[in-house]
Amino acid sequence: MSTMPTKDHAELAGQFNADENRVDWHDETLWWIRQKRDKAVNQLPEWELLRETASKIKEHVLSNLGNYLEAFEANALANGVTVHWAADAKEHNEIVHQIIKNHGVNRMVKSKSMLTEECHLNEYLAENGIEVIDSDLGERIVQLAKEPPSHIVLPCIHKKKEEIGDLFHEHLGTPAGVSDPQILTETARQHLREVFLTRKIALTGVNFAVAETGEFVVCTNEGNADMGAHLSEVHIASMGIEKIIPKREHLGVFLRLLTRSATGQPITTYSSHYKRPRSGQQMHIVIVDNGRSVQLGRKDFRNSLKCIRCGACMNTCPVYRRSGGHSYHNAISGPIGSILAPNLDMEKYADLPFASTLCGSCSNVCPVKIDIHDQLYKWRQVIVKAGYTTKAKTASMKMMQWTLSSPGIYHVAGKAGRMVMKYAPFAVNNALNPWYKQRDMPKPPAESFDEWYKKNRGKK
Amino acid sequence: MSSRGKILSAVRANQPELRALPDVEPLKAYSSQENLLGQLTTVATNIGAKVYEIKNLDEVKTVIQNNFGSGKRLVSTLSELGDIADTNEYLSDLPVQLADVELAILQSGLAVAENGAIWITEDQMGQRVLPFITQHLAIVVKTKNIVATMHDAYGSIGITTQGFGAFIAGPSKTADIEQSLVIGAHGPRSMSLFLLSED
Repeated sequence: MSTMPTKDHAELAGQFNADENRVDWHDETLWWIRQKRDKAVNQLPEWELLRETASKIKEHVLSNLGNYLEAFEANALANGVTVHWAADAKEHNEIVHQIIKNHGVNRMVKSKSMLTEECHLNEYLAENGIEVIDSDLGERIVQLAKEPPSHIVLPCIHKKKEEIGDLFHEHLGTPAGVSDPQILTETARQHLREVFLTRKIALTGVNFAVAETGEFVVCTNEGNADMGAHLSEVHIASMGIEKIIPKREHLGVFLRLLTRSATGQPITTYSSHYKRPRSGQQMHIVIVDNGRSVQLGRKDFRNSLKCIRCGACMNTCPVYRRSGGHSYHNAISGPIGSILAPNLDMEKYADLPFASTLCGSCSNVCPVKIDIHDQLYKWRQVIVKAGYTTKAKTASMKMMQWTLSSPGIYHVAGKAGRMVMKYAPFAVNNALNPWYKQRDMPKPPAESFDEWYKKNRGKK
Repeated sequence: MSSRGKILSAVRANQPELRALPDVEPLKAYSSQENLLGQLTTVATNIGAKVYEIKNLDEVKTVIQNNFGSGKRLVSTLSELGDIADTNEYLSDLPVQLADVELAILQSGLAVAENGAIWITEDQMGQRVLPFITQHLAIVVKTKNIVATMHDAYGSIGITTQGFGAFIAGPSKTADIEQSLVIGAHGPRSMSLFLLSED
């Protein structure tokens, strides 16, 4: 059952916008990352061919996904890996919980996995008495702050170093007032090293799962996935069904695209290829659907499943940069989150496809050529038809439809609008009109185009 | 029906008509084969690695003795370095017992010029956790084993039978705090890359 969020994107963005300096800083930081992406991309003359190839590989996979999933499973089993299938978030969480219980422990270390955020695994395990520590530095920081990540690649991009310093002072014992990133990172290194050395179970995400070999690839810069996995007795890897690629050689395409798009680096520090458990270790793969097979059936939206989670669409988005990741109230924020979320719960996420200017920048930077802004536009039609828009929006759209339905009404309305703007601007320029939150109204023209045309050209 | 059956039948019911798998060959035409050593050196330095061009393994010993002093735990998969590093005993340690390794010196058979990534397989790691848990990492790779791009790299390594392998590009790093780059996140605090030009 879905429940309406207490606050929608506009309201949450309003909260973020209360601190104008922070908005500017957030905006500039993300734009700087977008510029680093451009610099990296412009060095490759074959960039567009890479994107096109990646897009077509993913489209091929989606068109043959059933066979590829079975091939991946068969090869993973032959490699000595246990494979689990989870229809939804609940089943995923239960499978992970069961593996932990079977091993007789009550704590686990976890590297970055947006799927486990989507499934709310940490909360589920906490309710069942299992402690999870997130090992990616940004994720550890938001975990200490009891917040979700605000960005899929840069989980604490919304936080200032002074706030992180306060968190570390409270939880990790750094002296008060210390906010040097070098010192804070070293503190986290020492704290998490102790965690890596003492946890028997490690969970990682999956960036790519290769059908041909049954192996999966995990990309990090910090080395946290590898520290957890190689020190553990049990390695669990959670993946969505869309992570499949056909062959190992296709990794060459995706690894060239992923980090250049994400941060402007030529590749992540670590691109680890896990095929078999090490001697004496258990390896489990949990393959999760959770709505993806439904999205696969939506012709207009299935291409969203091509996403490789680089975050480029967020870094470039003028709305994301100025509203912050938390305003999307979904595990995956920004433009890509806004086309994935309505598939999970159309009512709860009805606001997200409207949180866009439809400028198209997201589609232009997407390394797998997802038509993100077209999908945002199409979701709006679906959501309005399904009746999930707010009452105010429905009423104003009806009024607009009536106004535009006849030239007579349109002309009268236009004249009235110009009169109001000229003689009674306070009627629209007030707190009831959200347009005025950060802007002024343009000066109304003295006459309409129709009036001008009649005067100047209509004489002939 | 099991979840496996349910998922697979939903996928098959909803997947679109078969689309062709594109060829990756045309991408290889863009690989610049010129001055691979220079390309690799520039990129590896940019991502925080320290690059040494060497003619023999004695030069590795000199660099290490100058930079890592004595009294620290050094391990290596290269038997030629037996006089400066443990090349045997660490293999029987539990992974957690490698937590005090100061420097691991490993050998790789493949480096990628476009991104500074070094491909290293399980048997070249000694133990899987070693290149990640060590405080500092050194990798020796022959200059004749440098390829231009990731396409060439996968062409070269094919489908190995190794249980684990990784591309490693520079020291571990993070920029999670206000996008300030910090070297030495959870893995090595430095990476020395020795490019060996003997045949």
